[in-house]
Amino acid sequence: MIKRELLSEEQISIILNRLACQLVENHGDFSETVLIGLQPRGVPVLRRLVELLEKQGIANIRQGLLDITFYRDDFRRRDSPLEPNRTRIDVLLENKRVVFVDDVLFTGRSVRAALDAIHSFGRPKDIELLVLIDRRFSRELPIQPDYTGKRVDSIASERVLVKWKEEEGHNIVYLIRPQDEQ
Amino acid sequence: MSNELSVNHLLGIKYLNRDDLELIFKTADQFKEVINRPIRKVPSLRDITIANLFFENSTRTKLSFELAEKRLSADVINFSAAGSSVTKGETLVDTVNNILSMKVDMVVMRHAKPGAAIFLSQNVNSIIVNAGDGAHEHPTQALLDAYSIREKYQDIEGKKVVIVGDILHSRVALSNIFCLRKLGAEVMVCGPTTLIPKYIHSLGIKVSHNLMEALEWCDIANMLRVQHERQELQYFPSVREYVQQYGVTMRLLNRLSKPITIMHPGPINRGVEISSEVADSDQSIILNQVENGVAIRMAVLYLLASKKEMNFAQT
Repeated sequence: MIKRELLSEEQISIILNRLACQLVENHGDFSETVLIGLQPRGVPVLRRLVELLEKQGIANIRQGLLDITFYRDDFRRRDSPLEPNRTRIDVLLENKRVVFVDDVLFTGRSVRAALDAIHSFGRPKDIELLVLIDRRFSRELPIQPDYTGKRVDSIASERVLVKWKEEEGHNIVYLIRPQDEQ
Repeated sequence: MSNELSVNHLLGIKYLNRDDLELIFKTADQFKEVINRPIRKVPSLRDITIANLFFENSTRTKLSFELAEKRLSADVINFSAAGSSVTKGETLVDTVNNILSMKVDMVVMRHAKPGAAIFLSQNVNSIIVNAGDGAHEHPTQALLDAYSIREKYQDIEGKKVVIVGDILHSRVALSNIFCLRKLGAEVMVCGPTTLIPKYIHSLGIKVSHNLMEALEWCDIANMLRVQHERQELQYFPSVREYVQQYGVTMRLLNRLSKPITIMHPGPINRGVEISSEVADSDQSIILNQVENGVAIRMAVLYLLASKKEMNFAQT
C-alpha cells in the first residue's frame, strides 16, 4: 500500500476558506439556506465551513446531518451491512435552499441516496453539492458538484482518504494505492 | 462489535448474544428518528415481501409489525387463522409453503404452540420472525421492553427489574428474563405460587410472593396481564383477591422509598394488575413501549434482511 499526500493542512485551510467565500457569494446571509452534512464523513467538513462562515459574521446558520444508509442502492448486494448513523434535521426544508456537504465525491451513489432521503424533510427550493475532493472520471451516475475543493484524477482501485485533526493530529488528504498496482 | 446479527431468524432471545441485542438497539435508535420525521418511511426493504401469519389473535403486535414493514417499504400480506384453510385441516408447513411459493421473503408468525417458529425455521426455506409462540417466547416484546428501559436509564446493566403476575402462561416473561439477564440486569418474578413455574430460579432470577417486598427491591416493575384465556384451571380464588394481593395502586407506589418505573406489555386490564391512576401516571412508560415497538421491529426486519444469505443475487 502506497500512501501519498494529496493536500497538506495549509492547502486544506486555503481551500475551505475559498469554499466558504463561494457559499457566501451565492447564499448571502444564509437566511433561506440549510447546510446538510452527509454522515459520516461530511460532518467535519460542515463543522469547519460553519466556523469559517461565523468568522465572517454570518450568524444563525441552519444546519443538519443526514444519514443515507436506509436509502442506499446496494442494500442486499453487499457482503456486510453498513452501520447507520444519526440523522439530525430540526428544520423543515420546504422551499429552503439546501447545500449537501461531503468530503469525497466518487461514484455519486451516496449523493443519489441523499437526494432520495432529503425529501422526507420537505421539498427544498433547490439542492447544491459541495465536496472537498472531486474524484472526477469515476462517476457512475450523472451527478456533479457545484462547489469543488480540489479535483483529483484517480483510478477505481485507489482510495482518497481525508483525515482531520481530531483523528490524525492534523488535517491531511491522502491518495492510497494498493501495493500490487504500483 | 459486528454489524451483522449472529442468527438468520429471530426465534427467541435465547438464541441471541449480547452483541446482537446491542446491534438491534443501536439500529432501532436510527429508526426511532425515522418514524418521527415529517415523512416516516425509508425505501430499504422495497424489494422484499413479508407475510404476517397470525394463527392466534393479536392487535398491537400485528399492527406494530405491519407498520414497521410498511415504514421500511416492504410489501405486506396478512393472514389470520380464522376463515383460512387451517380450519380445513392443512398442516402448518403446507400452509406456509403455499404462501412462500407466491414468492414471499420473510415470515412473521404468531402461533399458540410453543416451538412453532423453531419448527417452521427447520422445515421451510424463509426467514422466520417469531411474534409469539404459545407460552415460550415473544422476542420483539422483550427487545422493546429492554430498549424502553435503556432509553429511560441509558444503561440496563445492574438495573433491578421485577416481573409481576402470571409468569406461568407468559411468553413475555420468559423472553424478558433471557433478554435482561443477557444485558446484565437483575431480575425477580413475583406472583401467586400457582402462577410461578417450579424451578424458575434456575434461570438465575429471584422469586418473591410478596408484592410490596418486590416493588421495594426493584427500579422497574413490568406488570403482566392475567391471561384468563390460557388458564384451564382456577389458579387463584377470585380476581378481587388477586387485585388485593398483586394489583399495583398509587397508594402502594407512594409508600415506596423511591420512585419506580412501571411497564406493561398490554393489553391492560385496568383495575386488575394496575390501577388506572398508575397506568396514566408519569411513572408509567407504557405508551413509550408501544412507540419503541415499531422502531425495534423495523430494526429486526432490517437487520435480518441485510444478512448475506438474503443477498439479491441469491434470491
